[in-house]
Amino acid sequence: MSAFNTVIQLVYVAAASCFVLGLHLMNTPGTARRGNQVSTAGMTAAVAATLALIIHTGAISTTGWIVMAAGALVGGGAGLYLARTVQMTAMPQLVSVFNAVGGGAAALVAIHDYMRLADARAAVPAATTVTTLLDVIIGAVTFSGSVIAAGKLQGVITSAPVTFPGARIVNLLLAAVTLGTGGFLLATTSLPGLVVVLAAALVFGVSMVMPIGGADMPVVISLLNAFTGTAVAMAGFVIGNWALIIAGALVGASGGILTKLMADAMNRSIGNIIVGGFGTGDTAVAAVAGAGSGVQAIAADDAAIQLAYAAKVIIVPGYGLAAAQAQHEVAELAEMLESRGVDVSYAIHPVAGRMPGHMNVLLAEANVPYPQLKEMDDINPEFARTDVALVIGANDVTNPAARRPGTAISGMPILDVDQAKSIIVIKRSMGHGYAGIDNELYVNPKTSMYFADAKKALADMTSAVKTLVA
Amino acid sequence: MSTALLTDIVIFVLSLWVGFEVISKVPATLHTPLMSAANSIHGIVLVGAMLIAVTANNAVGYVIAFVAAAFAAMNVTGGYVVTGRMLKMFRRRPTAPAAPAGAPAAPAAQAGQASGNGQRS
Repeated sequence: MSAFNTVIQLVYVAAASCFVLGLHLMNTPGTARRGNQVSTAGMTAAVAATLALIIHTGAISTTGWIVMAAGALVGGGAGLYLARTVQMTAMPQLVSVFNAVGGGAAALVAIHDYMRLADARAAVPAATTVTTLLDVIIGAVTFSGSVIAAGKLQGVITSAPVTFPGARIVNLLLAAVTLGTGGFLLATTSLPGLVVVLAAALVFGVSMVMPIGGADMPVVISLLNAFTGTAVAMAGFVIGNWALIIAGALVGASGGILTKLMADAMNRSIGNIIVGGFGTGDTAVAAVAGAGSGVQAIAADDAAIQLAYAAKVIIVPGYGLAAAQAQHEVAELAEMLESRGVDVSYAIHPVAGRMPGHMNVLLAEANVPYPQLKEMDDINPEFARTDVALVIGANDVTNPAARRPGTAISGMPILDVDQAKSIIVIKRSMGHGYAGIDNELYVNPKTSMYFADAKKALADMTSAVKTLVA
Repeated sequence: MSTALLTDIVIFVLSLWVGFEVISKVPATLHTPLMSAANSIHGIVLVGAMLIAVTANNAVGYVIAFVAAAFAAMNVTGGYVVTGRMLKMFRRRPTAPAAPAGAPAAPAAQAGQASGNGQRS
C-alpha cells in the first residue's frame, strides 16, 4: 500500500472513531450536540479523503466529475431544505425518507459494482456475489418499505393495515424467486439475474410494510433503520471500505436496539408486528361523548382548581397531544402551574409518539426543560405521591387492564396513572385506542373526563387557572 | 475464505458490539435524535457513491452514480442538520423570552453549527 493510500485509510479509521465517539456523547442531553458535531467532523474528513483519493488516482472522467457534483448538489440541497423546514411532528416521515435514500444508495453502489464486473466478464468471487446480493436485497427492501412507511405516516397512504388474500403466498413466491435467482448468480455472473432479485426485493418491501398499522410505526421505522445500516455495511464489504462497514454496523446495532425496545414497550414480538393485522389506523372512533356508565365529566374551572392547588402534577402526553399540535399549550399550562410552586413533570411512555423518543422532541420544541421529561420506569413510583395526573390523548398506555391476563394488551408495560390521587383525562371522545378495548381508567371513581380537542381543552384550562389565581 | 473477507467480517462483528454497548446507554429522551444521528452516519455510503462515479463509463453507469450521489448526499446533509436542529431544542431550563410559545422553529438557519451558547449548564 502506498503512503498516500495508507493516509487515506487512516483518515477513514479516524472518521469511524468520530462516529463511535459521537454516538457515545449522545448518552446525555447536555453533551449530545457536541456528539453530533464530532460525528459531522468525521463525515467531512471521510468525504474529503475520498475526494483526495479520486484526484490522486486521476481515473475519473470529466463526465464522472459532473455527475458526482450534480448529484451531491441536488441531493444535498434537497436534504438541507427538508431538514430545515420539517415540522417536528413530521420527524418520523423524514427519518423514513432518509432511511429510504440511504438504503437505495447502498443498493445502487452494489449494483454498479456488479455491472462493472459483468462488463469485464470477470469471474465474480462467491463472497462478492453473496455480499452484493445481501446489499441489493436489504437496500431495496429498505428503500421501498421506507417509502411506504413515510407515505403512511404522512397520510398519503392509509395508515390502516392493508391486507389482501394470498399475501402470504405472494411473499413466499418472492422469497422463492430471490433464493432461486441468488443461487443461480452464485454459479454464473448475470446482470439480468441481479435485476430480477432487485425487483423482487422492491416488491417485498411494499408487501412487508403495507399490512402494518399506523400505531406500529415506531417498530417499523426502527427496523428499517437497522436494515439501512446493514445495507450500508454490505456495501462496505462489496467495495472493500472499512468506514462503510463500521458505520453500517453501528447503525444496524442502533436500529436493532430501538426495534427491541419499541416491541417490548408494546409487549409484542417483532414477528407478530411484521405479520400485521393487529394494529389499526389512527382514526378516532366517533363514540358519543359521556356515554357509558360511571364516566364523569369535568368542567374547565373544576379542573383548574384541582391543578392550581395541587402540590404535584404529572402530565401524561400521548399521540393525541401531537395530533392536535397542542404541545405549546401544554407547556404554557405547566409553566403557569410551576410559577405557583406546583411540581410538574411529564411521564413519557416509550411508544408515546410515532417513533422512538418522538414525544420528547415535541415537548423540547415547546420549551419544556428536559429534566422534567421522565421515562416510564423512573416516573411510575411517583404516581402514588401525585395529586393530579393529567392524561392528554394517551389511551392504551394508561389502561390498568394490561396488568390482568386475558386482554388484548395484557403484559404491556403501562404508566401507573391510576395510582394518582386524582386523574383528569383530556380526550375527544370515548373512542378506543389502537388495541380496540375499553380503558378501565376512564371508569375509575378518581377519574374525570374532559371531552375536547387537546389544544382547546388546554387553552380553556390555562385561562381558567389564570382567572382563578388573578 | 480470503484474509481480506475475514478481516471485514471481524470489523463488522466488533463494530456491532461497540454499537450495542454505546447505544444502550443513550436515554429514551434522546431516541429520536439518536435515530436521526444514526441516519446521518449511514450517509457514509456517500463515499461509496463517489467512488462509483470514478468507474462509471456508460450512460446507465452515470445515471446510477448520479442517483446514488444524490441519495447519499441528501442522507448526510439532511441527517446532520435535522439532528442539530433537534438537539438545540433540548434545554435544561426554559429560555426566558427568546422563544415565545407557539413560535415555529425559526432558528433552523444555524442548526448544526457550533454556537455553544451556554445550553449545557
